[in-house]
Amino acid sequence: MKNNFTRGITDGIPIALGYLSVSFAFGIFAVSSGISPLHTLLISMTNLTSAGQLAAVPIIASGGTVLELILSQLVINLRYALMSVSLSQKLDKTISLLDRFLIAFGNTDEVFAVASSYKSVSRNYMFGLILAPYIGWSFGTLLGALAGNILPAVLISALGIMIYGMFIAIVVPVAREEKPVLWCVIISAVLSLSFNFLPILKEIPSGFIIIICALIASAVMAAVSPIKEETA
Amino acid sequence: MSFYIYLLAMAGVTYLIRMLPLVLVKNKIENKFILSFLHYIPYSVLTVMTIPAVFSSTGNIYSGLIGFIVALCLAYNKKGLLLTSVLASIAALITELII
Repeated sequence: MKNNFTRGITDGIPIALGYLSVSFAFGIFAVSSGISPLHTLLISMTNLTSAGQLAAVPIIASGGTVLELILSQLVINLRYALMSVSLSQKLDKTISLLDRFLIAFGNTDEVFAVASSYKSVSRNYMFGLILAPYIGWSFGTLLGALAGNILPAVLISALGIMIYGMFIAIVVPVAREEKPVLWCVIISAVLSLSFNFLPILKEIPSGFIIIICALIASAVMAAVSPIKEETA
Repeated sequence: MSFYIYLLAMAGVTYLIRMLPLVLVKNKIENKFILSFLHYIPYSVLTVMTIPAVFSSTGNIYSGLIGFIVALCLAYNKKGLLLTSVLASIAALITELII
């Protein structure tokens, strides 16, 4: 299949659907914390990141310092720097410097994950891929902020797993074919469980945990099982 | 503190983190270790973000577990992003309605 705008939109729709439920929950959370619906929508439209925004709400609502806010975003969102370096290797010749500035804004976990499943990505594909999730993220936030409880709670909570279903659908087929990727997944999972449940380790903020575990697992696998030239 | 100072600070930091590497790293990286490292990064990041968060992503741990297993089976058989995530969600919903 061609790596064009239509393909990007098609790939972006499942992301947008997953975002609806997460951003809806974010909208409800932010407004119930005392942030106005307009401000809640502005946060989603300018940040486009779930974990960072969720962490920012209590800081803003309690009148915390800007330094605290900046540090929280830095730690939680630093993983995007890794993803942007990785994505930079996938961009084909149709992508200009200006395009890079625009694409960077939309480089979310899910957009990155889907783009990673291609050998290279074009300008129009990336714009298509980012468009639907951006609309879904903003629209879901607005719905959550305005309406509170349109959907029954049980439906919202079941939709919460969609994002992870997508992640699993990206990782598992590759892990099935490539043994080193399977090992990478196993090491990552064991590290992540350790950092979430072992004493002392679990005190580390979640943004750091993602970075530390991903760095260790990828570095170990890169050392033990370097990829062959043609798969790069 | 004005809301817009907060907004500018968080949006600015988040954007810079995403933008700087994408704009600065323009050449194809040649180093084999770094290339291999970057090959593994998406899979490790996604795994760390999924486990253990997936188990608490729904109303309770049972529906999270069932949804996870359903997603795993569908993904193993390469059923695609949308079908996998929608059916995982439906499986979680059914579990929550039963329990």
